[in-house]
Amino acid sequence: MERTQYKQEINMTEALMNRINELISHYPEDKRKSALLPVLHEVQDAHDNWLSFELQDKVAEILHIKPVEVYEVVSFYTMFNQKPIAKYMFEFCRTACCATRGVEDLMEYACEKIGANLGDISSDGMFQVVGVECLGACGYAPMLQLGDFYHEKLTEETFDQLIEDCKSGKITLHDK
Amino acid sequence: MGKKILLEKINIPGIKTYEVYRQNGGYASVEKALKTMTPDEVTEEVKTSGMRGRGGAGFPMGMKWSFIDKKSGKPRHLVCNADESEPGTFKDRYLMEHIPHLLIEGMITSSFALGANLSYIYIRGEYMWVYKILERAINEAKAAGWLGKNIMGSGFDLDLYVHVGAGAYICGEETALIESLEGKRGNPRIKPPFPAISGLWQNPTVVNNVESIAAVPWIVMNSGAEYAKIGIERSTGTKLISASGHIKNPGVYEIELGVSVEEFINSDEYCGGMIDDRPLKALVPGGSSVPILPAHLIYKTAAGNDRLMTYESLSDGGFATGSMLGSGGFIVYNDTTCIVRNTWNFSRFYHHESCGQCTPCREGTGWLEKVLHRIENGHGREEDIELLWSIQSKIEGNTICPLGDAASWPVAAAIRHFREEFEYHVRFPEKVKNRNHFVAEPFEKVKHLVTK
Repeated sequence: MERTQYKQEINMTEALMNRINELISHYPEDKRKSALLPVLHEVQDAHDNWLSFELQDKVAEILHIKPVEVYEVVSFYTMFNQKPIAKYMFEFCRTACCATRGVEDLMEYACEKIGANLGDISSDGMFQVVGVECLGACGYAPMLQLGDFYHEKLTEETFDQLIEDCKSGKITLHDK
Repeated sequence: MGKKILLEKINIPGIKTYEVYRQNGGYASVEKALKTMTPDEVTEEVKTSGMRGRGGAGFPMGMKWSFIDKKSGKPRHLVCNADESEPGTFKDRYLMEHIPHLLIEGMITSSFALGANLSYIYIRGEYMWVYKILERAINEAKAAGWLGKNIMGSGFDLDLYVHVGAGAYICGEETALIESLEGKRGNPRIKPPFPAISGLWQNPTVVNNVESIAAVPWIVMNSGAEYAKIGIERSTGTKLISASGHIKNPGVYEIELGVSVEEFINSDEYCGGMIDDRPLKALVPGGSSVPILPAHLIYKTAAGNDRLMTYESLSDGGFATGSMLGSGGFIVYNDTTCIVRNTWNFSRFYHHESCGQCTPCREGTGWLEKVLHRIENGHGREEDIELLWSIQSKIEGNTICPLGDAASWPVAAAIRHFREEFEYHVRFPEKVKNRNHFVAEPFEKVKHLVTK
């Protein structure tokens, strides 16, 4: 399979394991599997925002479940990435309300700006523009998600500024 | 100004924090319920309020609570549905982001009524920063003694946690949400058994929307009878409406049910009218799943009455000339909108979000998307319109969960009310190749080409 060609360094730090154990404690002792989605988010955030098979196997081991129980969940939910993504992935909401307020034009502008087609990673590995379904920000359209945060009421100018902020390291992706 | 119940305190500086929330009367409903009421009395107040579930289906909340199995002796759970993903809907996020303790207070009081000792808030994965806000608020509430063992010395125990999803619209369906909470794919379950008998980990479970739960503190403090005085007939209380599209002031508004649609769109208190004062073309009043209304059926019903923001008035005329209040995702369109393109966009959404369990939905949503795509891009055929009608009619009612219906209704309504626009697309393909075809030349100007 294509995905096996990507290698990922697994680093289950003490801080990450503490957070995972805290999440597991939110469910009854015999229901460890319930922690799967929150745990996958934490693990993905700590590993360049994607989940290799090896990393998924590790999660299975921690939750005392079979690897396939993790694979089937990772492949179902769109927020789990099965291959490497750009450092900054701009996820534009393309559903009706945002489309009504011009997101299609803005996405074309964004692709041109980063010099890559929709879905592709820019040659420097920094940026990627993708279209996703409704993010629940319809009144603040057009908008995009970057890491854990939303950037709303976008214009070409504010998007340019966002790119600059990424380049100068002002943008944090996760709220830890 | 209409009465505010949920957003009354939203503008108080610092209301996000426990201290300010508490100083402004927060958590009083927990004190009142735990110290002076029995769980059944709380349920009774909610029943009397007449409040209907605010997630979209509109099922009476008190009745849903009364179905929970208290006889089996199994542990019971309350799960708050914060998976808000219906296109056009962003009200729950607003509430959780700005006044998170209101939801937590509602969860405690409601869990007490249901006898639930372990409850969850299931929030969609994209609202990651809101997830963190809720986690912090829960920790604050816990530190102040509102969660844990023997709350306020009442003997009632409650553990409350936030669970985060990962990008699946289908998890807003209550049984899919439960599956997801169990760490599985979000495939809806066949009902019965209903969650009230066998839900989370096969235990009796109630799943309620954020907005529904957030109204419980007010009902407990002021009584269900007072709540029922607000609104009109069977549409009691207030409702959060998330307004978007071609209006001057998009955003979240709390209305007393019964405000007229005309006032809601045009008043400066709410949407503030249309942007650039262009003509109103269509309205989706309750999230992408509900039927779209054409201009002549928005302010007045087919019977000639004023159209009101109530469950009854919005659905007046059935699907032939009415729609639904749904989740309150209020999407307004002006004359530059292409209805075919908008319907294709919705169909792409449902195709993307179908869980794949039932064949009519898995295959049908894909066919709808493909046929609509080719019509919109100037490759459609006259018979495609009948084909769309046939596909949607074969999905509706033939699936485990309502996603199939939700995918069918917008297509059916678009053809019902805007058939001429579909005909224009298939007869004048070269005119629709540019995606902004109605911006330069609104359909009204070219309509004569397809009408006799």
